[in-house]
Formats: sequence, C-alpha cells, structure tokens
Amino acid sequence: MSRTAIRVEQLGKKYNIGLPVVKYPTLRDKISEGFKRHEKAEDSFIWALKDVSFEVNEGQVLGVIGRNGAGKSTLLKILSRVTEPTEGSVEIRGRVGSLLEVGTGFHPELTGRENIFLNGAILGMQREEIQNKFDEIVSFAEVEKFIDTPVKRYSSGMYLRLAFAVAAHLEPEILVVDEVLAVGDAEFQKKCLGKMSDVAQQGRTVLFVSHNMSAILRLTQETLVIDHGKLLMRGPTTEAVDFYLSAGLTQEGQKIWQEEEIDTAAKPFRPVAIRVLDKQGHVAETVRSTEPCTIEIEYKLEKSIKGLRVGIYLLTTRGEFIFTSFDTDDIKQYENNTIRKAGHYISRCEIPPDLLNEGRYVIGMNASTYLIKRFFQDDQALIFNVDPAGAPGMQWVETRLGPIRPALKWRIENYESGDLQHGTK
Amino acid sequence: MSSLNEPRTIVIKPSTGWTALNLKDLWNYRELIYFFTWRDLKVRYKQTVLGASWAILQPVLTMVVFSIFFGGLAKVPSDGVPYPIFSYTALLPWTLFSKALQDASRSLVSSANIISKVYFPRLILPLSSTLAGLVDFAIAFVVLLLMMVFYGIHPTSNLWLLLPLILLALLTAIGVSLWLSALNVMYRDVGHMLPFLTQFWMYITPIAYSSSIVPEEWRFVYALNPLTGVVEGFRWALLGSGEGPGITLLISSCISILITITGLFYFRRMERKFADLV
Repeated sequence: MSRTAIRVEQLGKKYNIGLPVVKYPTLRDKISEGFKRHEKAEDSFIWALKDVSFEVNEGQVLGVIGRNGAGKSTLLKILSRVTEPTEGSVEIRGRVGSLLEVGTGFHPELTGRENIFLNGAILGMQREEIQNKFDEIVSFAEVEKFIDTPVKRYSSGMYLRLAFAVAAHLEPEILVVDEVLAVGDAEFQKKCLGKMSDVAQQGRTVLFVSHNMSAILRLTQETLVIDHGKLLMRGPTTEAVDFYLSAGLTQEGQKIWQEEEIDTAAKPFRPVAIRVLDKQGHVAETVRSTEPCTIEIEYKLEKSIKGLRVGIYLLTTRGEFIFTSFDTDDIKQYENNTIRKAGHYISRCEIPPDLLNEGRYVIGMNASTYLIKRFFQDDQALIFNVDPAGAPGMQWVETRLGPIRPALKWRIENYESGDLQHGTK
Repeated sequence: MSSLNEPRTIVIKPSTGWTALNLKDLWNYRELIYFFTWRDLKVRYKQTVLGASWAILQPVLTMVVFSIFFGGLAKVPSDGVPYPIFSYTALLPWTLFSKALQDASRSLVSSANIISKVYFPRLILPLSSTLAGLVDFAIAFVVLLLMMVFYGIHPTSNLWLLLPLILLALLTAIGVSLWLSALNVMYRDVGHMLPFLTQFWMYITPIAYSSSIVPEEWRFVYALNPLTGVVEGFRWALLGSGEGPGITLLISSCISILITITGLFYFRRMERKFADLV
C-alpha cells in the first residue's frame, strides 16, 4: 500500500530581491547594459527554499507549518508546477490538484454556472467530469438559486463557497491545499474541514498548509515544520505543532516588532513590543504560577482612535483558547478611554497567581475597534513558560491535566464527628 | 481512486537552456483553450450598449474614413475596384490580425493571477486570445458579403484561398505575440509599444493603398511583411483585383512560420519564469 506519492530531493528555490530595478528591468536598461550577463551580488538573492528533502506516502495527509515567508507557499507552488525549482527534484505519482487560492480564474461577469466550468477547466478537470459533478458542486456551495447570476452580484460568502466547492470536487490523486480554510464563516469552514477529511479517507494524498493549528491537529498525523526555507523537523503533528509554537518564536519573554513586519494597513496603530514581566518587573521567559505576572503591550498611535481596545488572547500550544481580555473591558476604563489620542502607550494587565497550570502558553495580541476595524493582530506574538513550583498539589510528582491550576478552597468534613453541614439542606 | 490506469509520474526539475515544446501537454489541456476562448467571447461585449455590433463598427468606420480621405480626396488608385470595398476587404484580415496581436501579447500579464496560482501550459493563453478574434471576423465578413452584393461583385473561384490566408494571418499574430507576450512579462515596455507597433504595421501593409504602387525593385522587401501576402490574397480571391498568390505569399508564409517557430521556443524558454516575474 504505502508507495511513495511524492519524493522531494534537495529542493531549492532562489528568488531575486534587492536591487530596485531587478524585478522589472526595462528594455532601456537592458540595452544600455548591452545585454551583458553580469554577476549579481550574492546578497541580492534569497533562498526561499533550500535543501528540502522528504517523502510522502500514498494516502498520507501531511501538514506543513511555518511562519509567513518560511517557504511553505514556495514549496506548494513547486509541487503544483506553478514555478520551477532552482535546484533539486520532485517526483510525483499522479495528478496534482492545487488549492493555492480558491476562485482562481473566476470571472466576475460570468454566471455561477459558467464559472464552474471555467474554473474546473483551469484546475485541470475535463468537461465531462465537471458535468457529472455539477449538481454536487452547486448543492455543496448552496447557490442553487443564483446559479445563473453573474458572480459579481454574489455576496463574498457565496463567492467563496462556490469557489471552494469547485476546487473540492476536483479528484486528483494528490491534493495540495493552502489556507483555504481561512475563508468563509464558521459553518462553512466546518464543512470544508469535513470535505478535507473525506478526501483523506478516500486514500488520497494530501499536503495541507495552514496557520490554523487546530485544523492541522485534527486533519494530519504528521507535519513538517519549515523555517527560513529549511525543513526544521518532521514528526507527529502534536510534537511538530509544539515545536513550531515554541521554537523560533521569541526568546527572553519579549517580542519587538520590526517596522517591516507591520502591515501598513495597521496604521495609525504601530505595535512596538509585547513582554511578559515577572513579579519583580523583569522581562521573563518563565514565570511562577504562584506569583502574579504582568503582560505589557507597548504601542504608538500616529493619530487618535475612537473606541480602541488593545488586548490579548491566551492559548495553549495546541491552539486552544484559554481566555481573551481587552484593556477597556472594565466599564469605567471603557468610559474613560473613548478616544485615545496620538502618543506612545503601554497597556498592562496582571495575571493573578494560581491561575495557570505548568506548561507553555502562547499570547496573541489584538488591537481593534469593535465591529469597525482590526488594526493589528498577531496570533502568536509571544510564548512563555509557567513553572509550578509551590503550586497546589506539587507534593505529588504528576502532570495535572488542564490549562489552569487554581488554588481552590477545599474543606474536608467527617461524617462521624457530627460537624457535617450539607450545602443543600 | 476511480481511475483504472496507473497514475502518471511527473518529475519536476529545474530546466536549463532550450526546452522541448511539450506539445503533448498542450494536447492534454486542449479543452482549456476552448474554455478561455469561450470566456473571452462571453465577456467581450458584456455591459456594452452596442454589443457585438462593435465587431462591425470598427472596420466599417475605418473604411468610411479611408474612403473619404484616401479614396475620395487623395484619389488613391484602387486597382479598378470601388474604393470602399477595396479597403474593407483589406481591413477584414487586418482587424483580425491586429486584434489578435494586441490581445495575445497582453494575455499573460492580464492573466497574472491565474499564472501565479495554477499550472497549465502557458501557451494556451496567447493561443486562445488569438482564436477569440475569429468570431468578430465572421460577423464583419457578413458586411463584406452585403457590400459585394451592393457593388455587384462576384467572388472569384479562388474563394477557397481565404481559409489558408486567415490561417496565415492568425499564425503571424500568434508568432509575433509569442515573442511579445513573453517579453511583456518581463518588460512592460511592450504594453506601451503595442499601439505604436500596430499603427506602424498598418502603414506598411497595403490596406489604404494598393501594393501595385510599390516600385518593382522594392517588392521583395515589401513582401517580408507577412500581412502583405494576406491582404493581397484577400483582394485577389474576393475581388479578382491585383495579382494572384505568388512569390509574395511564399515569402510571407516563410517569414510567418519562422517567427512562430522561434517564438515558440523563446516562449517555452521564458515560461518557467512567468510565475515569478509576472
């Protein structure tokens, strides 16, 4: 059964960056240089992928995770033959279907029906195949009523559903998926995940790239971790996810955002840093569960923002949320801070003692105005450890289940001694 | 897996130098040519008031202007044929050619979002843009037939020659746009050059005038323009004017084939960079 479906050997892809004119040299430049072949400085290149080797067996669902710009998309682009590698080779058995982005080639002027055929053909389906699956696609996308309406009149949800439906009904031996689950409402995401696991159960090979750790954990057994174009590890998904979330994210309990990391769309909000401070106020990678610790977010506002809230998410390294909290959650704070003027700010919150269990936690950060705009979000801004020394129950050397470890008041009462007091009468 | 046949193994490797044309791959994707052509046709006249009559308006209005200024005022000789039909006969293949050239040369850049997301033989894009022009041509051709009835001109028995001539016009358009579309991916100068190129090309093609005014000793150079052979052939086959296909058409065909073959190889060579550069 387990024959190799994909064999990647020493794969590398070099991109040209640097020199401002490199991307679109004009004919005039070329002519004035006399069409000379000149050696470019080594630093004007970047290896988006370097020395990557791995194999995927038939019927395996393999996850691929890594930060933005780690080389995941480049890998998928090479596998789906969109772009050529600079070195190395890939051997693929069977037809590859890629969902690098849903709705590729949709034409706004054409109707839903027409786009199903067009998009299907672009994705490599035969006309007969599309005809056979047509009804299935339409009902999966739930657009029966609008099938003869131009898609430019569709709501964005309908558009995405239709686009995903076409792609999901492609039946290649190997399916390459990138981030499609990031689209649509929760209901539809669930449906997509369901479709993905169907695909996997039919014995087809799937390569699944996602930022959604819980989707990765649910759908894949094994996962690759890629960083800076290199394959860092391959292992069981739970281990890989933990490795990914803990490695390379931060050191020393603080994250400082570089100017180039911040999307210009975040303006006028400019995040500066996020830190975990221990009881003494020092930046710490590990805090004690029995002591309070502080999380501080430093940021600048280039203009005043009305209704701004800056807050954190706390997650386990498996991607489960523990809580969400904003600096204006308190109604008094909220009323005192309706307009935050331009300036340099720090929002601090104290995490009380005896809250978190031992382990590793991820902090996500969000700055937004409710229902209006999300200025900035970093789902994995920071990671820190909690040391349980002195925590309740430490007399037993065992792992306590669950992400929180509250110090709860217990009373032990003795039946015979007569001091029994029931909570309920 | 439903397919009984063993899945194909594909090897992806960096290619170096000149690559094979891989026409088999193109054949596997033949339906996509149809779909892209069909899309271009469907979309072309969406949200226009005049719709498909644009296909007629362009050559007809050009003919009117030509007839007034060149035929009427400048008295350009038209080989004994009424000037309007003389110019319209030439404008037909010319419009087919120039439209195909412009659309196909821009086809890669205008489909950048597809190119950077999905694999298919890129040749399909310029090919299908070229083919979409045929429908406009057919519509405009009906006008020609009406004009022939109006002027009482009977087509010659050489009408069959139109088919290879249309093919030659398309082949030339494909050949040139293979070069230009691939160049356009890297050098957007091509986009700016195109309107000028087509205008220039129209002047060196016997559309507003007859090729008989070109001095004998320059005929050979003049025939290097493949459209000369096409336009002369059209007039000869439809109106019986001018000379039959001879050395001019032969030279035109050879040039066109040469451009297309070199264009194919150049296109294939550049193809691997399209997704990164476009």
